[in-house]
Amino acid sequence: MNKTNLDLPTKNTWCPGCGNFGILQAIKNAISILEQKGVKKENFVLTTGIGCHAKIVDYININTFYGLHGRALAAAVGIKIGNPNLKVLTCSGDGDSYNEGISHLVYAAKRNIDLTMMIHNNRNFALTTGQYSATSPRGFKGRSTPEGSQESAFNPLELMLASGATFIARGYAAKIDHLTNLIVQAVEHKGFSFIDILDPCVAWFNTYEDYNKRVYELKDNDFSSKEDAIKRMWEWDYNNGGKIAIGVFYKIEKPAFDQEVNSGIVKIDNIDNKIKEILVKKI
Amino acid sequence: MKKEFSILIGGAAGEGTRMSGQLIGKLLNQYGWCIFIYEDYQSLITGGHNFSIIRASEERISASTKDIDYLIALNQDTLQRHKRRLKKEGLIIYNSDQIKDEKGIGIAALTITTQLGGKPIMKNSSLLGALGKVLGIEWQAIEDLLKREFGAKAELNLKIARAGFDQAKENQKIEKLNQKPLPLITGNEAVALGALKAGLEAYISYPMTPASSILHYLAAVKQDLKNLVVFQPENEIEVINAAIGAAYSGKRAMVGSSGGGFALMVEALSLAGQSETPIVVVESQRPGPATGLPTYTAQGDLLFVLSAGHGDFFRFVVAPGDAEEAFYLTGLAMNMTWKYQLPAIVLIDKEISEDTFNLDESVLEKVEKKEGKFWDKKGEYKRYLDTNDGISPLAFPGETGAIVKTTSYEHDESGITAEEDEGQIKRMQEKRQRKIIGLSREIENLKAVNVFGDKNSEKAIIVFGSNKGIAIELGKELGLRVIQPLIFQPFPEEQMKKALSGVKKIFTIETNASAQLAQFLGCRGIKIESSILKYTGRPFFIEELREELIKKLNLSGPKA
Repeated sequence: MNKTNLDLPTKNTWCPGCGNFGILQAIKNAISILEQKGVKKENFVLTTGIGCHAKIVDYININTFYGLHGRALAAAVGIKIGNPNLKVLTCSGDGDSYNEGISHLVYAAKRNIDLTMMIHNNRNFALTTGQYSATSPRGFKGRSTPEGSQESAFNPLELMLASGATFIARGYAAKIDHLTNLIVQAVEHKGFSFIDILDPCVAWFNTYEDYNKRVYELKDNDFSSKEDAIKRMWEWDYNNGGKIAIGVFYKIEKPAFDQEVNSGIVKIDNIDNKIKEILVKKI
Repeated sequence: MKKEFSILIGGAAGEGTRMSGQLIGKLLNQYGWCIFIYEDYQSLITGGHNFSIIRASEERISASTKDIDYLIALNQDTLQRHKRRLKKEGLIIYNSDQIKDEKGIGIAALTITTQLGGKPIMKNSSLLGALGKVLGIEWQAIEDLLKREFGAKAELNLKIARAGFDQAKENQKIEKLNQKPLPLITGNEAVALGALKAGLEAYISYPMTPASSILHYLAAVKQDLKNLVVFQPENEIEVINAAIGAAYSGKRAMVGSSGGGFALMVEALSLAGQSETPIVVVESQRPGPATGLPTYTAQGDLLFVLSAGHGDFFRFVVAPGDAEEAFYLTGLAMNMTWKYQLPAIVLIDKEISEDTFNLDESVLEKVEKKEGKFWDKKGEYKRYLDTNDGISPLAFPGETGAIVKTTSYEHDESGITAEEDEGQIKRMQEKRQRKIIGLSREIENLKAVNVFGDKNSEKAIIVFGSNKGIAIELGKELGLRVIQPLIFQPFPEEQMKKALSGVKKIFTIETNASAQLAQFLGCRGIKIESSILKYTGRPFFIEELREELIKKLNLSGPKA
């Protein structure tokens, strides 16, 4: 599969068994598939924030932008506006984009910018050693909440639906082929595509066993129906039990912001004359 | 004494006094007078009180006088606030629909306008017509101006203006000066045009007074030129991260805000430093702390801007003092950020941003887009290649054969995180530091410090930014040396030394409460005798600063 040399000879520092290995593999697979479909390797850009997820830039041999905590998407928006021909992928964590940088997530969905947002959702702050995050279940015992968190998790899929995302999916790091397929679909979607990826954290919140029991793949659901999407999203509220669907929940077409904002933009050679014309009117 | 006069026009917000002030400025500009317009308004949309002071002089100016020759009052409030400014021989032109029993020239501005079928805002035209008559300006000049400004809609305004013109009486016949009129432009417009000249491709900004008009202006210019993206994101954090992203993808990007918005950007400024991504930030100061006085002026962010951002990194910081310098230095900032790959900051304030200046078009020739150093497409691309001058060649995503890895972490030459190898960490820190050597050398060969006034005087006043104009005028008048640094980081030590040669006493004039310029200079071994400070949100006016200078510097009075 890896014919395009996506590997780097760097030392991987994720914990053995970390869900991020599965996500990395799925992204590499997806890029290889997309390359076979004609996307040039040099046109991929991956941006990240800060957290365990973000180490991925050191493990994949493509253009990367290793940004600030919470700002993975903020930079990605600028990159896509700067060059709409690029295929922009963003990896972010739950702490990164559901906590610190949530405003950018809401707005990227609202403006339907054509890029792919993948959340390595391990449901805690892992790199800072296990504090509760926006998607930790109520009662989560982390180092800042030894008696259990007093906040309920929110449901990021519902947030994305309300914000106007045009492609909403959930994947599971342990189901690499399924995730690969989701990423390919997300990248090919013209607009803001969002994948919340269940990402077990072996150090602070090992959810493999729980997910393996509860996860099922969506089949034959109506992508264009908000009602259907909400029904599926409500099966699990990120706090307690229930079935956990993975797959595409919602998908519609809308104009992409990066195309609209760049529409009609041209390079001009005679800026000097243009400025002179402007100044003459100001006399 | 040079020939000059000032006109103050005031009314409630929403009455169109700013637009009127601009038209008066243009009318006199076309008569050969040099113009400076001061804008004063409050943080509200309707009601309150707005005024503009249009100062006309036979010489280039960029400061205002407290005393005025003509007061145009749209309402009673304006009269009460500003009547005391009027010189003995001054004259009031007032809206007699609102103001009764006043000496001067009363024009029933709204009545005239309504009778002629105009909208209330057009009453300004009747007052403009009246002013034209009072100043002895030929009707033709007013007609030409309104036709040019209003195009197809000029006819009604012309009728209203003519009514005002006919009802007023000539007070003095101002000369038509034999000088070529120069364009009238705000500092924010000059910033925008300077950036465009240096290749601006994306302006990203969240509204904040007094920087917002850069956003408005570029959005309007874009409709015509179609050569740039103008984007208003959800907050200033997105603003600067998106701009850094746009630069990473190869676009020349600029952002703008005031102190509060810039404060939100500061973490990402450090990202630009570490990732060596070019970015121009315009910081237009207003009084703080916090929300402060949103529509007024200050120079209270100098020390903040010079040290903004965590960690060791360098900024290129310029502080223009008028529209021409705003044009030139914004262009320079754009070229320098792309050459040295470190963030550039254009530090201005409300008086540069929103006041109106004459602009000598020859400044256009001083700005050319200069490309940065690009990858030669040979061998493996390394984003952070360790070079002699510290500058690593640029490549952008999409370029065949290059993998462009940009990062906020400490890294190796390829952009891969490097936490273990201390030698590597040291080399990268030193590579970034090395860029400063070249930059410091380069700025010494540019005009980085201005000297005006009596260049041999042993008494010097040092100013920056919007205090340039007033310092030049009073420096000449009182026989003082006036020194104005244009570049603050890196600081032009050599040029400053030369500028100060033979000086025995140094004073600073600043629009802040803690003498930040004096503090900054003190750190560089330049001892400041004393500082004249103003921190009411308003700029210095000629009369008050003259008085303070005479007192503080123990001067005998005007030399001229």
